[in-house]
Amino acid sequence: MVFDDRPNRTMTLHLLVWRQPNGQTHGKMVPYTAEGISPDMSFLEMLDVVNEGLIRKGEEPIAFDSDCREGICGSCALVVNGRAHGPDGGTTVCQLHMRRFQNGDTIAIEPWRARAFPVIKDLVVDRSAFDRIIAAGGYTSISVGGAPDANTTLIPKDTVEAAMDAAACIACGACVAQCKNASAALFTGAKISQLALLPQGAAERRRRALRMVRQMDAEGFGSCSWEGQCEAVCPKGIKITNIAKMVREYNRAATTGETS
Amino acid sequence: MGLEYATETKPHVMAPALWEEAPDSRLEARLPSGPLEQKWDRRKFDNRLIAPANRRRHTVIVVGTGLAGASAAAALGEQGYNVLAFFIHDSPRRAHSIAAQGGINAAKNYRNDGDSVYRLFYDTIKGGDYRAREANVYRLAQLSVNIIDQCVAQGVPFAREYGGMLETRSFGGAQVERTFYARGQTGQQLLLGAYQSMMRQVQLGTVTLHPRREMLDLVVVDGQARGIVVRNLLSGQIERYAGHAVLLCTGGYGTAYYLSTNAINSNVTAAWRAHKRGAFFANPCFTQIHPTCIPVSGEHQSKLTLMSESLRNNGRIWVPKKPGDRRPPDEIPEGERDYYLERKYPSFGNLVPRDVASRNAKEVCDEGRGVGESGLAVYLDFKDDISRLGKDVIRARYGNLFEMYERITGEDPYSTPMRIYPAIHYTMGGLWVDYNLMSTIPGLFVLGEANFSDHGANRLGASALMQGLADGYFIAPYTVADYLASARLPEVSPDAEPFRAAAAVVQARIDQLLGVRGDRTAHEIHRELGRVLWDHVGMSRSDAGLRRALTEISQLRQEFWERVIVPGSPDNQNQTLEYAGRVADYLEFAEVLTLDALHRRESCGGHFREESQTPEGEALRDDDHFTYVAAWEFTGVGAPPVLHREALEFEYAHPTQRSYK
Ligand SMILES: Cc1cc2nc3c(=O)[nH]c(=O)nc-3n(C[C@H](O)[C@H](O)[C@H](O)COP(=O)(O)OP(=O)(O)OC[C@H]3O[C@@H](n4cnc5c(N)ncnc54)[C@H](O)[C@@H]3O)c2cc1C
Ligand code: FES
Repeated sequence: MVFDDRPNRTMTLHLLVWRQPNGQTHGKMVPYTAEGISPDMSFLEMLDVVNEGLIRKGEEPIAFDSDCREGICGSCALVVNGRAHGPDGGTTVCQLHMRRFQNGDTIAIEPWRARAFPVIKDLVVDRSAFDRIIAAGGYTSISVGGAPDANTTLIPKDTVEAAMDAAACIACGACVAQCKNASAALFTGAKISQLALLPQGAAERRRRALRMVRQMDAEGFGSCSWEGQCEAVCPKGIKITNIAKMVREYNRAATTGETS
Repeated sequence: MGLEYATETKPHVMAPALWEEAPDSRLEARLPSGPLEQKWDRRKFDNRLIAPANRRRHTVIVVGTGLAGASAAAALGEQGYNVLAFFIHDSPRRAHSIAAQGGINAAKNYRNDGDSVYRLFYDTIKGGDYRAREANVYRLAQLSVNIIDQCVAQGVPFAREYGGMLETRSFGGAQVERTFYARGQTGQQLLLGAYQSMMRQVQLGTVTLHPRREMLDLVVVDGQARGIVVRNLLSGQIERYAGHAVLLCTGGYGTAYYLSTNAINSNVTAAWRAHKRGAFFANPCFTQIHPTCIPVSGEHQSKLTLMSESLRNNGRIWVPKKPGDRRPPDEIPEGERDYYLERKYPSFGNLVPRDVASRNAKEVCDEGRGVGESGLAVYLDFKDDISRLGKDVIRARYGNLFEMYERITGEDPYSTPMRIYPAIHYTMGGLWVDYNLMSTIPGLFVLGEANFSDHGANRLGASALMQGLADGYFIAPYTVADYLASARLPEVSPDAEPFRAAAAVVQARIDQLLGVRGDRTAHEIHRELGRVLWDHVGMSRSDAGLRRALTEISQLRQEFWERVIVPGSPDNQNQTLEYAGRVADYLEFAEVLTLDALHRRESCGGHFREESQTPEGEALRDDDHFTYVAAWEFTGVGAPPVLHREALEFEYAHPTQRSYK
């Protein structure tokens, strides 16, 4: 029973944080002490506390992206002790809570590291490559106005559930950050799978697979070597089978002479 | 108090010093004539058109790419306009719309359970407590049907039944099952649908994205909205963009309260700066408080997390009968628990509307019967339904939510009741727009949560997503075209004087923020502002409290400009500077929010005035004096704004007092 008798302790933590003024200069790990940290705080609220202290001293706070703070917008992107989104698994770093740590722990905090995700400042990286992959074909080419009644095409429940599993991706980029090749196969595969599963996406599935995969390669992401690190850190549990599906879709398109 | 009070006051003659009355307010809503069901068709036919070959010569600036902005940008791009899209995020897909969980309403009547366009219209007007325009709401209900078709065609994976048809559920106490959903991620899937459609236009060259840009001013040339000034959030550069029309789709202002369920970068800045340039702000005091959020755990808290309303379908809300009862919930016997919603509202029980559920939670906590460490929470208990239906059924319905709750609080809701408390969630108020979604500045259109239009004093669950997409996919493309075809729009260059002047204002404000070099952070001051608003302009509002809030807000604003500290420089990414700018705007905006609440001496929807309640303590509307939209005109920071009224007429849905007994 945890009513009212929760230990009212606060923690002191030793942080090592990647600081880099901008993309043109080198960065380094800088030590900070986080004091008075409550176990009820989220990881980002802990960083807020550190930043408030820095601001009061007139120093520049640590830059990091976040917005929804409930695990759905995909903004937050930190490597905590070598693991994208931290030790919990199946969650984003904004949902990680400090009760996961012990008083006195040392925590290393780094940005996503990948050639296709250049650092902008401190822990903020440029993930616009993902938008360009979607722009290459991650949609159905239908315009507003002509859609038939939504129940015209029946879709089996299992199919739509599988599509939803793939569509749950939040484009945070943890898959790329954790992969030793910095591959974006899980991200790209998830969108290709979602639309390939649904009848609405059928008309252009080959063209889509070709174009998205080519864009992914052009952005400088590495290739997949099936180690599954991406799946292990994905906060939304996107399955590596999406990559297999992507490969099938791509090969089928390439061998049928589809042009993009 | 109560009944007599409401009929005796003459609200329009009170407190002349705090605001001024427009002598002859002729706000032109431009409602089409004719029967309700034909109004939109008539307007569409009367609208002027632009030939396909000419469209690319028209530049439309879209600010914000949430549901409203992304859908508008996609639809206008598809028609061939030259669209420039601006947003503060790194990707359009991160807009706050992504966080909507529950679902989207549509009058499809796939369930054969008595739904219709008219019923959705009626429910929305009634739910909004008769403070919305009939013509707008009817159009919204009509378009709801097209939205679902459009989204399905995009590949939005809405829930389906075994037979392959779309699944729907009842939401927020609605008596028909008209809510479509994609697990607990409906907003995400709808936004991705709109985002992907927009990205297709990016690929085709009709839409150009401008990420990480914050709109800091609207440029008005010869009385028309002709451009914007933005700060490039990476380089710090102040940039100017010209166009033929500007669409503001920048979301709501819930984060004025500091703690809310909104994403932390949500802001009123774009809307407020447009207001300062002449766009009236309507009904700012209509804010919505959501009853089922995870309670505050301490000072450090940066935002509040919503627990889906659907939980109220299977959970029972209670507090101990005795004030100050600190026993753990499982030690409080059945007979000493007060299931207060079931007791007071036997027919709706735990499913009363959001405002009623929220106010009752506050009431029991004010009586000292709140639970948890802070005493600011009530229990939402699943025990009965877990034993009735089994843990597996509950897990199948709410597994994700229960997990999220446990991650945040460290408590397991399967074995101990959840603690919940209300939080600010949505803002019905916003920039005033006419039927064509155009503000009081010609050429400035406002879409989505940023406008005030369709929800009156209270929004029904699952209706915001519907409104954002109706505005963007189906309304703006027609009305913006009509404007572009009818207005005289000489070419302007972003180097013209009005652009330079606006950029200079923006630059001066940034310099001012950096120049104070005080000792208090913007966070601290924002937190204090939030407390003032929550205490006095929150769930329950009174004349004395609101007046006190006005004093405190102006003190805080002064304190901010004397003591705020913003380190770093203006010429690269500076998140402290961005944030301080937003807080500065909230400190100005909070005043008109409070004034609006002060002037509206009735209770309606989310706005509860203690002076206007029935003998049983329920909200009491005052239709004789307040059946209007209050639209505020800016006259200067801290100066009395001018109140314009747009009278509301109800030809079809006749006002009745809501009752959930
Ligand atoms: C937790 C939660 C759950 C919800 N669930 C539901 C639900 O189930 N059903 C429902 O109908 N509604 C729900 N709502 C409400 C609904 O999500 C919102 O009202 C709606 O998504 C708002 O969409 P929008 O397009 O108007 O704005 P937003 O999605 O907020 O988008 C705002 C856009 O403006 C940009 N922007 C903001 N300021 C600036 C600036 N100064 N300069 C440039 N760009 C700027 C942002 O980058 C963003 O692109 C929920 C809300 C919350 C908080
Ligand atoms: S801040 Fe949105 S997912 Fe973490």
